[in-house]
Amino acid sequence: MSQHGKKNVNEFDVIIIGGGITGAGTARDCALRGLDVLLIERNDIATGATGRNHGLLHSGARYAVTDQESAQECIRENMILRKVARHCVEETDGLFITLPEDDLAYQEKFAQACRSAGIGAEIIDPKEAIRMEPSVNPSIIGAVKVPDGSVDPFRLTSANITDAKLHGAKIMVYSELTGFIKDGNTVKGVRVHSHITGEDLEFYAPVTVNAGGIWGHRIAEMAGVTINMFPAKGALLIFGHRVNNVVLNRCRKPANADILVPGDTVCVIGTTSSHIPFDEVDNMKVTPDEVDLLLTEGAKLAPSLATTRILRAYAGVRPLVSADDDPSGRNISRGIVLLDHETRDGIKGFISITGGKLMTYRLMAEWTADAVCRKLGVDRKCQTMDIPLPGSKNEDIEVISKKIWGSAGTIRKATAGRHGDLTSRIPAGNRYDTSLVCECEEVSVGEVRYAMEELDVHNLVDLRRRTRVGMGTCQGELCACRAAGLISQAGNCAREGKKDLKHFLNERWKGIYPVGWGDALRESEYSQWIYTGVCGLEN
Amino acid sequence: MTEMKMQENNISENNFEQCIKCTVCTVYCPVVPVNPEYPGPKQAGPDGERLRLKKGIFFDQTLKYCLNCKRCEVACPSGVRIGDIIQAAKIRYGKSRPKLRDFMLASTDMMGGIATKVAPVVNATLKIKPVKQIMDGVLKIDHRRSFPEYSSQTFESWFRKNALRDQEKFDRHVAYFHGCYANYNYPQLGKDFVKVMNALGYGVRLLDGEKCCGVALVSNGMINQATRNARRNIKLMEGALSSCEAVLGTSSSCSFTIRDEYPHLLGVDNSSVRDRMELAVKFIYRLLESGKAKLEFRDDFKARIAYHVPCHMEKLGWGIFSARLVKMIPGVEFTMLDSNCCGIAGTYGFKKENYEVSQAIGKPLFDQIRAVDPDYVACDCETCKWQIEMSTGYKVMNPISILAAAIKGRD
Repeated sequence: MSQHGKKNVNEFDVIIIGGGITGAGTARDCALRGLDVLLIERNDIATGATGRNHGLLHSGARYAVTDQESAQECIRENMILRKVARHCVEETDGLFITLPEDDLAYQEKFAQACRSAGIGAEIIDPKEAIRMEPSVNPSIIGAVKVPDGSVDPFRLTSANITDAKLHGAKIMVYSELTGFIKDGNTVKGVRVHSHITGEDLEFYAPVTVNAGGIWGHRIAEMAGVTINMFPAKGALLIFGHRVNNVVLNRCRKPANADILVPGDTVCVIGTTSSHIPFDEVDNMKVTPDEVDLLLTEGAKLAPSLATTRILRAYAGVRPLVSADDDPSGRNISRGIVLLDHETRDGIKGFISITGGKLMTYRLMAEWTADAVCRKLGVDRKCQTMDIPLPGSKNEDIEVISKKIWGSAGTIRKATAGRHGDLTSRIPAGNRYDTSLVCECEEVSVGEVRYAMEELDVHNLVDLRRRTRVGMGTCQGELCACRAAGLISQAGNCAREGKKDLKHFLNERWKGIYPVGWGDALRESEYSQWIYTGVCGLEN
Repeated sequence: MTEMKMQENNISENNFEQCIKCTVCTVYCPVVPVNPEYPGPKQAGPDGERLRLKKGIFFDQTLKYCLNCKRCEVACPSGVRIGDIIQAAKIRYGKSRPKLRDFMLASTDMMGGIATKVAPVVNATLKIKPVKQIMDGVLKIDHRRSFPEYSSQTFESWFRKNALRDQEKFDRHVAYFHGCYANYNYPQLGKDFVKVMNALGYGVRLLDGEKCCGVALVSNGMINQATRNARRNIKLMEGALSSCEAVLGTSSSCSFTIRDEYPHLLGVDNSSVRDRMELAVKFIYRLLESGKAKLEFRDDFKARIAYHVPCHMEKLGWGIFSARLVKMIPGVEFTMLDSNCCGIAGTYGFKKENYEVSQAIGKPLFDQIRAVDPDYVACDCETCKWQIEMSTGYKVMNPISILAAAIKGRD
């Protein structure tokens, strides 16, 4: 629906730059309010910080002592996401544990701060905590139970994009902003280069939203405004399987490697925090020191991490907006920063949304859509706190898979776990569609076909974000060539497929390299042997 | 926690994370080629385990098709205990409780105890067609299956009456874990064992009140009973080993269960006895090979024998001992059969729903036996014996019985 009468195909009510969770959430919110939305993303969705964090459904407890406002936002959003993003969320609960080396006195202060933020925090007997989570360090002297959980950021972003599209939004991935179309001090639109078609295009809208995360710094510069951002890199390690089923945190002031989150078939320890220059944000490397630190600190939460196979290491950049000269970035508020550049810098038709975190994306989107509506002079209320995302109707995996298939094996349940009630759209009518592409994560041919046809998948990395293909222990060893076959069949181009396959395998290796020892190394040697020796894929 | 120990080795339950997805286990699985419902050991084992660790609902009912033959484990180059992962998952997540049929098939010692008392009646009844039809319809025990006969005298009572007093004449002793089969179905195997051991200069003692090893209880989900039996058996063996050199068995599955399944699946510590609990063929082979004992063979023994290595024997890695022993008998023309599963897998093949799969798995073995056309087949496992005899018509003998028949001396 158009707010301003009939428009040309390249005219919208709002243009959103950035396909992370903030941009996706904003696109959905605006589309639900009836706006004509265009979202451009230079890469795939969820490629930046969105897909490079713990996947922790914060209860807010982590911020309760240092930042009440963030804590309150977290717990409110936590409860909303449990309702509206059910298929992306796992309600695991969390523990804040006190070790002998920690100050037990902090626990009471912590629990009180949680309660005043509205977070249900309960001090429990350490023995009860060990029963609740047997992998926890048995020498704990204190434990507080909080409503933490885990959230799949890829699934969450994809669900927001899907719903935005269902409500008429135009989503353009692999479309990079090359410049703003300005009329004096007013942003009128954007110039975009499509990496898929090679075209240079122009789009117009009365409001443009910068939701570029850490890259928002440069986007703002292109529009002629300055946002003083602080790129804080955080490194994480993924383990081969779930060691814990309850989120484990340290009950102390937030520090390095003090959160262990169980997510899907793996668990993730993180993070570190270090300031990096802007020219490194596109190519981050996890250093040996970071790996050592994550392991040493992680093993204090759950001792078995010391002997658990590590799948890969990765790092993300928090889009913090700095106000002072804090060298670590730890003390910068994780709070939401919404900048109306008209009032701030005198640039009309341009908004930046940054700061915040995955957890509060919906609230960020709500604030942004409110600001967009104000600028457009439209009076529409936000509905995203009530309307479930596609896939998140109030049903669990077993109910969904039973409804669709009667009796369901592991593959079907795994599919239902990933796609919620949208699972019914996945082809599963014959043996071909139900045969496996990814064996570790149990992804079928049908699911891959569905992702290619309906979820904007252009290559293997995109496919991984939609389906978990290649995210399991084999890291692409068996699935990558099968999936590459399906993609090149659909695109009718074997040469592209081969290039894509190489790129995907190299991308997998990048994450394995920092932890390349033991079984992870054995496995990647074997992968290399398959791809170079058997398949004849050279560097 | 010292930093030195960090990531020096990776530890996971039954080594499931050591899996590098080479899939050789699935290639060696006898079920995969004949039953497309079964996802195969890799997917059912290490792959499925990661999902089950996430949530028990990812347990797949098709894991019941696993034979627990452990061929996957023999094939695995990474030391992953795939079969154990699958069995452990069935124990932990399997919701279906054992049916009456499973209970009857699994309780080999209880059923044996009842049946031996009225053996002629039971044996005759189990052959009657209407009875088979009823068992098929009501109990879902396949009517095409022929039942092992029960003996009217148990091995234990024969031993007490006929052998016990002679055994103490010997200076050295071994304890005998006879198992349910030798006790209730085929006491001749026990008698043969006593004959061979005596000929080697060893007296035989029984474990006072041995329980079924539990292999069938485990595969039918009766874990508590299996665990009780295991604890009891280990205790008896500990006692026996104070005066006996070893505890010997004549059934490969019993020995395998006691040595490996007790600690891996039942969590029963057997470290006090494990090194001295083995199959008689291994013990005897060592004795003969080291020259510490000698067997005198008859001059007139002649037989063409084809040896089938039972799956659990493959897992133990001991097939070579049976093969060498049978081969060393003068007058034996020996054929080593290809490594194949016979398909019975204990009680698996008796179940109506598994009959077709069971026979399809065994087909390559049956075909080869027919092609070799031996006088009889040698095999260390009683359920393989039933399967091969029923499916090929060839007689199957335990290597110990073959030895007993080939050595001088009265039976």
